[in-house]
Amino acid sequence: MTAVTFSPSSADPHRLGHAHPQGYSDSAAGPAPKRVITGFGFWIFLLTDIVMFSAFFAAYAVLVGETDGGPTGAEIFELPRIALETALLLASSFTCGMAAIAADAGNKRWFYISMAVTAVLGLGFLGLELQEFSELIEHGAGPTRSAFLSAFFTLVGCHGLHVSVGILWLLTMMAQVFAKGFRANIMRRLLCFGLFWHTLDIVWVAVFTIVYLMGTVK
Amino acid sequence: MSGFPPPKPKENEQHSSITLRMNAPLYDSIGPKGWNPTLGMIMPKPAHLCSRNDTRSASYKYPSWRKLAMATAAMSLLGLSACSKGILDPQGPIAEANKTILIDSIAIMLAIVIPTMIATVGFAWWYRASNTRATYRPDFAHSGAVELVVWSIPILVILLLGGVAWIGSHDLDPAKPIESTEQPLDIQVVALDWKWLFIYPDGHVATVNELTVPVNVPLRMSLTSSSVMNVFFVPQLGTMIYAMSGMQSPLNLMASSEGTFHGLGAHYSGAGFSDMSFKVNAVSKEQFQAWLAKAQTAPERLDRAAYEELARQSSPVAPKTFTLADPGLFDAIVRHKIPPGPGPQPESASSTPSVSSSNGG
Amino acid sequence: MFGKLTWAAIPFDQPIPLVTSAIVGLIVGAVLLWVLVKGYLPYIWREWITSVDHKRIGVMYVLLASIMLLRGFADALMMRAQQAFAFNAPGYLPPEHYDQIFTAHGTIMIFFVAMPFVTGLMNFVVPLQLGVRDVAFPTINSVGFWLTATGALLINLSLFVGEFARTGWLAYPPLSEAAYSPGVGVDYYLWALQIAGVGTLTSGINLVTTILKVRTYGMTYLRMPVFCWTALASNLLIIAAFPILTATLVMLTLDRYLGFHFFTNDGGGNAMMFINLIWAWGHPEVYILILPAFGVFSEVVSTFSGKPLFGYRSMVAATMGICILSFMVWLHHFFTMGAGPDVNAVFGIATMIIAVPTGVKIYNWLFTMYGGRIRFETPMLWSVGFIITFIVGGMTGVLMAVPPADFVLHNSLFLIAHFHNVIIGGVVFGLFAGYTYWFPKAFGFKLDEELGKKAFWCWFIGYYVAFTPLYILGFLGMTRRMQHYDVAAWQPWLIIAGIGALIILAGIGFQVAQIVVSIRNREALRDVTGDPWDGRSLEWSIASPPPVFNFAFMPDVSGEEAYWTVKQTARSQGALIPRPPYQPIEMPRNTATGFVCAIFSSIMGFALIWQIWWMLGLGAFGAFATFVVFAWRDHDEYEIPAATVEALDAENRRARGIALEDYLKTNPIEERQSA
Repeated sequence: MTAVTFSPSSADPHRLGHAHPQGYSDSAAGPAPKRVITGFGFWIFLLTDIVMFSAFFAAYAVLVGETDGGPTGAEIFELPRIALETALLLASSFTCGMAAIAADAGNKRWFYISMAVTAVLGLGFLGLELQEFSELIEHGAGPTRSAFLSAFFTLVGCHGLHVSVGILWLLTMMAQVFAKGFRANIMRRLLCFGLFWHTLDIVWVAVFTIVYLMGTVK
Repeated sequence: MSGFPPPKPKENEQHSSITLRMNAPLYDSIGPKGWNPTLGMIMPKPAHLCSRNDTRSASYKYPSWRKLAMATAAMSLLGLSACSKGILDPQGPIAEANKTILIDSIAIMLAIVIPTMIATVGFAWWYRASNTRATYRPDFAHSGAVELVVWSIPILVILLLGGVAWIGSHDLDPAKPIESTEQPLDIQVVALDWKWLFIYPDGHVATVNELTVPVNVPLRMSLTSSSVMNVFFVPQLGTMIYAMSGMQSPLNLMASSEGTFHGLGAHYSGAGFSDMSFKVNAVSKEQFQAWLAKAQTAPERLDRAAYEELARQSSPVAPKTFTLADPGLFDAIVRHKIPPGPGPQPESASSTPSVSSSNGG
Repeated sequence: MFGKLTWAAIPFDQPIPLVTSAIVGLIVGAVLLWVLVKGYLPYIWREWITSVDHKRIGVMYVLLASIMLLRGFADALMMRAQQAFAFNAPGYLPPEHYDQIFTAHGTIMIFFVAMPFVTGLMNFVVPLQLGVRDVAFPTINSVGFWLTATGALLINLSLFVGEFARTGWLAYPPLSEAAYSPGVGVDYYLWALQIAGVGTLTSGINLVTTILKVRTYGMTYLRMPVFCWTALASNLLIIAAFPILTATLVMLTLDRYLGFHFFTNDGGGNAMMFINLIWAWGHPEVYILILPAFGVFSEVVSTFSGKPLFGYRSMVAATMGICILSFMVWLHHFFTMGAGPDVNAVFGIATMIIAVPTGVKIYNWLFTMYGGRIRFETPMLWSVGFIITFIVGGMTGVLMAVPPADFVLHNSLFLIAHFHNVIIGGVVFGLFAGYTYWFPKAFGFKLDEELGKKAFWCWFIGYYVAFTPLYILGFLGMTRRMQHYDVAAWQPWLIIAGIGALIILAGIGFQVAQIVVSIRNREALRDVTGDPWDGRSLEWSIASPPPVFNFAFMPDVSGEEAYWTVKQTARSQGALIPRPPYQPIEMPRNTATGFVCAIFSSIMGFALIWQIWWMLGLGAFGAFATFVVFAWRDHDEYEIPAATVEALDAENRRARGIALEDYLKTNPIEERQSA
């Protein structure tokens, strides 16, 4: 992501009424630094992603009872596996944080190790999810069985797709750091990647609670 | 006409009978001969003039330009009420109430809309740059008093109108039964591709594309659809409502005067949608009983097989009467005990040949 | 090998699309040939296709919208003609074709005319008004534009290869499900919108970040021009609403492609959920379009009245109020679905409440004119025409917010008239006002005034002739989307509406002529000062067209109406501001990323529509590779030396100096001080 550079305010010849430059409020301080702009923009992107997820959550909530004679959530969810998935994903968030610290410290070795562990944990999560999906489909509880299962597969699958894209991005970032080092623009991308990965965690917490826990408790 | 006596002619029917034949396109009547433009303005024409007629495209000729010009010139004379038979010419208590609320709301809003429009034109004209008499006030950009007024005016109007909306929504809730001394008549409506099926569960008859109802008897209607969404709408009887597959929409209507009203599907439903208009015959109770008795002798029976045949895509479909084999038919449709209408079939003529051949199914 | 694609997809048996495609193909081919022969290709590639300059991208958005307007308007003419003739007659368009036309008309006009036009104006104007050099993410801006263009390409392709949806512009299920629309039409719709929607989303993120984080010094929120506020509100709505559209279209896509049951009749699907979701996006969408138009009117009315905008803070409050309220009213699109009286009444009243801030805006424009010295140049004509027309549209909108009234008006031509009233009378008039107003800023010369006025009167009168009959037809009980009808009383009104459409056609003709004539007479129409309308905000402080870096130095703003303050200071002191110390400027480098992305997303979209899976893989790989290549660039910026900046600014200062002298000649300082 490129952002524009701006020259400092001393260049302004108007000198219109700002006798006390220190009196600038935040909103008058001129363009924000690039890092802030990039991070802020990416935050907004994540918000849009969360809005999209909330639409899928809403659809799930509407359709959760529409089993059309097929299995209900309580009949198909296996909490131990979900607990393991959750543990993997939460652990990957931790290692992702380690990678960010390593990058800040400019320590390439720990960066690669943390990122690789993050990727492995993410792949482990994906593997478990795919296993769950394939078992369900095998047992005739695929997404075409009922509206409930359509909504379930879409919501959980959309999160899984995000994790897959995240892993692709993660590998790309490792390659970038390998090729270019911790340049300013790479650091900004790592910031965005970290935000993305942690957001997937937050979404997963919602999935875990609303889909699996509330689905099994019934 | 189905098997009931035609409605008693209204007093003004004689005027129109000069030029109109029931089965001819109305356009023939807007020729220069024998059509009195003032007639339409003064007297409402009998309902059947504006209702559908059954000669479809086959007998159609493009109107000549002269006729078009005549028609256009006659427009201003026609006015809204002449041959409209729309929502401003209500023929039942619901439509009457809809119209009252419509007109009242417009009146409330016009009270500020018209002054605002005049002020717009007035300010724009008076403060034109070339007007030396206008005072230029380049710094007039704030005024607490003006702000107070400009926020208050719309708020007050909305308070008033919000009350209208709240009360109106409750009074005219489509599910609310109509108060009457008469026992309501149950009618079940199914939107099919592309025709309407009207089931009289108590009379054990069903009709297609023609609805016959007694006047001053509340109609307790339930609507559903066999396939895609549609909306049941008889403008002169008021409130429309969606018909949706797997669901049952309640609707209470009543006709308060005899006549033939135009009804239509008011939600686009595919290729044959435009042919989903139908005739509503509002007749006296006696005539209705006679019609019912005759309908009960109809040769065709609506059983499940006949229904499934009917639910296939087709249009236009001429009005038809059936005896009803199973009073639970509507329920079976709503509960999907009968599968939803099948949609286009590979050999169906209603889809573009080039596409259906490559994407059928 | 080619999925569902066969030769049968080409409509050899249908003359209208075939001939249209041939003509469009010829025109596109001729333009390409002309560009090649004249040797313009390198220039177009360098200066436009690969440009990340927000001004260039804004212009390209508007150009895309204008071309699509012609397509969408051709659809409108065909519909009007069909309905004018189709009383008890088949007309000249069979239902399959007519149904595609009204679907395409709605889809194109909203997604590929109004949206890109609005986005284009915001892209062009917002950074200039904020006093900055570009948007927050210039490359993503380019990608967003090219994705929108991809959507437009797909939708036009459907004319010739396959078919377009026959479902209406919101593709309500179950009609849009595979069972009832088995062809590729709905798939074209889904992917064109999905791809363009991603483009819109990125541009929304970009502009929100720009407005919130990239403003010049001293440009506090309450000093931003109102257009920036409306752009902020509009883009906040985009980022909150468009993801819902994305999710909804995904669900319908899964239903159609993989047999899911979100909205199907069977399997427990719920079609009403689609209606709720699509309108949870769709109603904010209306305000996404109208708010920036309100911003344009605020700028234009204030400038041409020679006054600051009346009640600036009220305007800001009203804008943000509308922004929030617009999310609370979606249910008014289906009062007749039987939600019950309480729900209907609550949503009806919520809808009416939006009329309050909107009404305040109208009054504020009114009081901006009050005490002004109004110059009736074309942008001002559009604005006054808008106020009058929009009041009626607002009134009919509030009328339909009264549930019992909506019970007889829902889906009728009254509704069609209402939303064309607010879209044409509001959005389109606003866009044309903005187009005329900022054209000299973009190209350095004004548009021909005479033809502009003719275009305005044709549009203004044409609108009333075309849509007043539709209001009446709504009262006569006519519903929308009828391919033919059997009520004689409707036909005369439909003929009048058709005549209205022809008057609007004349308006469009004048606009085309205006462009041609203005380009020919550009020397006579040249805007030498950079401030052709005596403007008040920062975009008028720089040259027309602005240099690539916009501002030679970043202005420091001390109040509302930043440039007006500077101009008045110069006028009262009789001298320009002192020359600033120029510094070198870093600007983002051009990149073909957006364009290449568009190529791959077109391939992906086409592959998905026709289910050609190898091609999909190719497109996806290409898109990913493009991003990686882009990410590998070592130099994404270049430096403009201080000397170049100084030389360019000297030009601007010279022109301003002359303008100031001219002003002082007619308005000597002493005289004004005594006055």
